[in-house]
Amino acid sequence: MDISEVRKGSKVLIDGQPYNIEEAEFMKPGKGRAIYRYRLRNLIDGKSMERTYHSGESMQEANISTREGQYLYKEADHFVFMNTDTFEQYLIDAKKLEDKQHYLKEGMIVVTLFLGDQPLDITLPIFIEAAVVKTDIAVRTDTVTAQMKRATLETGLEVDVPTFVKEGDVLKIDTRTGNYVERVVTKK
Amino acid sequence: MQHEENRHLAALEANLKRRALIFKIARRFFDEQGFLEVETPLRSPAIAPEQEIVPFTSEGWFLATSPELYMKRLLAAGYRNLYQISHCFRKGERGKLHNPEFTMLEWYRAGDDYRTMISDTEQLVLTISRELGFGDAVKYQGKTIDLALPWGGLTVSEAYKQLAGWDPGPNPDPIKFDTDMATKVIPYFNAHRPTVLTDYPAPMASLARLKQNEPGVAERAEVFIGGLEIANAYSELIDRKEQTTRFKKEIEEIHRKQKRDAPLPERFLVAMDNLPASGGIALGMDRLVMLFCDAASIDEVIAFNSDNA
Repeated sequence: MDISEVRKGSKVLIDGQPYNIEEAEFMKPGKGRAIYRYRLRNLIDGKSMERTYHSGESMQEANISTREGQYLYKEADHFVFMNTDTFEQYLIDAKKLEDKQHYLKEGMIVVTLFLGDQPLDITLPIFIEAAVVKTDIAVRTDTVTAQMKRATLETGLEVDVPTFVKEGDVLKIDTRTGNYVERVVTKK
Repeated sequence: MQHEENRHLAALEANLKRRALIFKIARRFFDEQGFLEVETPLRSPAIAPEQEIVPFTSEGWFLATSPELYMKRLLAAGYRNLYQISHCFRKGERGKLHNPEFTMLEWYRAGDDYRTMISDTEQLVLTISRELGFGDAVKYQGKTIDLALPWGGLTVSEAYKQLAGWDPGPNPDPIKFDTDMATKVIPYFNAHRPTVLTDYPAPMASLARLKQNEPGVAERAEVFIGGLEIANAYSELIDRKEQTTRFKKEIEEIHRKQKRDAPLPERFLVAMDNLPASGGIALGMDRLVMLFCDAASIDEVIAFNSDNA
C-alpha cells in the first residue's frame, strides 16, 4: 500500500516479518516532501523499532487475522490446534511458541495470530489450571520466611510452589509471569 | 457516540471562539489598509502542478490546493491589494499539524516583494496577539515567544550550515533537503522568537522570482513560530515563459512518478503576460490559531477533522 495509507494500527510486512504500526508521525514542509515516522512492533518477537519513510514510497500490507483455536496434542516438534469454527487443524512449530508451549493443556482454547493462512503465534489465557505431576516432599527448615520448592506440572512447566503443594494438586498459574497464584484443587 | 461528540465539541468551545475572533481581527487588519477581500473557485479545471502537493479530484476537476493562481489572475487584471480566507484541500496530509482540508489566508500586493509580505505578517501576528490581550509575547507549549519587531531572519544556506552541517546550494537533493528541514532545522530554531527563513534554492520555489544577483536562489521566505510553519511568501514570478517551463517540467515528473493527471493551467499562464511585479503570501490560519490557543494539535482548533467529519 502507498505510504500515505499507512495508519496507526496498520499491519505491515518488513523483510517477511509482520509489524504493527504503534505510532505514526506525519511531518511535511508546506511545499516539500512528506515524511512519515513510525514506531513499529514486531508481532512475533514483540521488539519495537523506528523507521522513516517518504512520500512516494510504499509498504507491504500484512494480512493479519486472529482466530480461536483448541489445542489438541503435541506431535514431534509441533503443536496441533483445531480452528473452533471450521474444525480445520493447523500446526505451530514448538520453536515459534517458545515458553508458551509449557502452558498448553489439551482442550485449551487459545487465540491464534495468522499471517495469511500461516499461524504465527498464540495468545494464552491469563490464567491456566494444571495438575502437579512431580514435586519433592518438603523438608522443613528452621526459618520464618515462606518456603518454596520446585514442582513440575502436567503441561511440562516448572514452577516454584509453597511447600504444602502435593503431587496431584491442581494449581492456578499466571501465564504472564509463570508464577504460582493459588491451589484450586487439593488431592484427596 | 453522540454523547462523545458533544463532549468533544464542548471542550473545543473556547478555542473555536478565539478562532472566530482571530479571523475578525485578520479581516479588519486588511480591510483597514484598503485590501479587497475576494473569493475564488474551490473547484477548478487546472491548478498549479506541484509534485509534493496532491489534489483531490472532483468530476474531472480539482479541489483548490491554494487560491494562488486565481489571485494572480485578478492582479493581472489590475487589482492591486487582495486577500482571501479560503479552504484548501491537499490529499494525504494528516497529522498533528495537518488536516486534508484546512484554512488558508492569502494576500497579495501589486508592486511589492516578499520582504513586504513578511513585514505584513509581523504586523498581523503582533496585532492579533495584542488584541487578544497577550501583548507582545505569547506562551506556546510551555515556552514564551517574544513577538516584538523586527523578527530575526536567516537564509536557508545559513540555517542549514548552522543546524544541519551542510550548504544546500542551488540544487540540493530534495529528499535530504526536506528530511533535514523537518528533523534538523525547524526543531532547532530559537524557541523564544519567530524565525524568518529566506532565500530558498531555486527548485524549491516553483512560482517565485529568482534573486537578480544570485540566480540559484529564489525570493521565497517562510515564517516559523513555536516550531510551526506559519506562512510562505514569494516575490512572484511574472515571466510567463519561465513559468511555463517550470510547470511543464513539474508535470513531466508528476506523470512519470505518480501517474496522476496534471493539466497545464493555461488561463493562468496567459494572464501572466499582464501580471505586475507582486508580493504574495499564504498563511495557515489553523496553525496561527493553534499558536494563540496553545494547541499542540490542529484537531484542537477545528470542530471536525478528517477522522471525525
